[in-house]
Amino acid sequence: MQHSRIVITGIGLTSPNGNTLEDYRKNLLEGVARIQLIDMRYMGLVPAGVCDFDPKQYQTRKELRVGTRAGSIAVFSAREAIASSGIDFENFDKSRIGVYIGTTEHGNVETENEVYNISKFDYDTKYWTHHHNPRTVANNPAGEITINTGITGPHYTIGAACAAGNAGLIQALQMLRLGEVDFALAGGVSESIQSFGIFAGFKSQGALGRHDSDVNKTSRPFDKSRNGIVVSEGGCVYSLERLEDAQARGATILGEIIGYRINSDASDYVLPNPERQAECMHQALAVAGIEAGEVDIVNTHATSTPMGDIQEIKAIREVFGSCPTTYINNTKSYIGHCMGAAGALELAGNLPSFQDNIIHPTINIEELDPECDLPNLVINEPRKVDAVKVILNNSFGMLGVNSALIVKKFED
Amino acid sequence: MTEDQVKQIVIDIINEIAPDEDTTDLKPEVNLRDQMDLDSMDFLDIVMELRKQHGIEVPEEDYPQLASLDSCGAYLTPMFNAK
Repeated sequence: MQHSRIVITGIGLTSPNGNTLEDYRKNLLEGVARIQLIDMRYMGLVPAGVCDFDPKQYQTRKELRVGTRAGSIAVFSAREAIASSGIDFENFDKSRIGVYIGTTEHGNVETENEVYNISKFDYDTKYWTHHHNPRTVANNPAGEITINTGITGPHYTIGAACAAGNAGLIQALQMLRLGEVDFALAGGVSESIQSFGIFAGFKSQGALGRHDSDVNKTSRPFDKSRNGIVVSEGGCVYSLERLEDAQARGATILGEIIGYRINSDASDYVLPNPERQAECMHQALAVAGIEAGEVDIVNTHATSTPMGDIQEIKAIREVFGSCPTTYINNTKSYIGHCMGAAGALELAGNLPSFQDNIIHPTINIEELDPECDLPNLVINEPRKVDAVKVILNNSFGMLGVNSALIVKKFED
Repeated sequence: MTEDQVKQIVIDIINEIAPDEDTTDLKPEVNLRDQMDLDSMDFLDIVMELRKQHGIEVPEEDYPQLASLDSCGAYLTPMFNAK
């Protein structure tokens, strides 16, 4: 079957270390991590990645009061993506735009807040807010984008744990190819830093990261002393179009999605399965019709947990172990784990390498864990190469959902 | 408590729940929804804040009594004074 080619024509994002692609990229190349300690209900200080975009830039104060943080992050990212795409949005048929937003989870924050609220009223449920259900329905972040922008095409979220950012993009690609929509806003968002349950759950699991002296070193994938995840908020939304549509309107093309795959470990709730992860990458390469050695950058999902990082390195070693020009990096070492936004944000951090041919490193490695050692792991200092043409973006999640997305520098 | 004081309480709540609205020149006899961008969820917010902040319970069948500032004053003042 001949498929339409799907291209990226715009990016909007908010990350703990940048609210524009330019700032975010600059910080990745300069090794600037931005993690802070926040006061978590019932828990005290915990490390987290916090975004500092101005939500009032695109939303009224009432929208902010009624909506959710995930919704605000989604609206900001989507509005920035629309602006970045250069599309004549006002005159575009809004019924032909689709919104596909990946989320790890949604509703925990709002439910915890309401339980806390009624605890102040002796748990009398008549004080439970009528805003609870519209805030907690799973489609909330995508729906808030449509309310804010007037988009009347389909909107929904894709729940895929921490593989959700890639899954949002894959969903959009499929809908464009099916002809369901002509322009898609897709990616992932996370508001998880407002949920004590996420932090407490990781802590109980022994997977919540900590660092005794420098909070910005808490997230340190592949370092021998790594001890867990830093939970972060964030959002990244792309505009995707069929190549012919993008070219017809003279859009700037930031990359082409040439391959993808989502598969399942079918083995454990939490522990990743390297065999299935490797299979996922192999299948994405097969869809793209390229050999492993043609990939220039593999952005790892690695979250800085003792076991998870080793499992992924095993998978990458199996797929790319004999590829001399394939470099491996990581982005969570700067911004923590942006959960549903992770895959989308990390891809965005790497996309500018199509222009500058620089691979940002994974930072915070003082002593590389021998079990995570790969010859082409880019550590602590950026690596300049002759050309970056293909990026493979890994994003994995609990219950064993794996995703690999392959993006190629655009060539007509 | 006077009706004017009760109306001010309602205005304070509206300022909280609809922070984008200008409440400085509200006409007391005109329906609130004809003067401001308030929807049904906003009215439920007013009911909730009366309950939370002032212990005033407005039964659903009486929601129309909250239509204007004047009707709010007339309806709620006896309730405030009966507390």
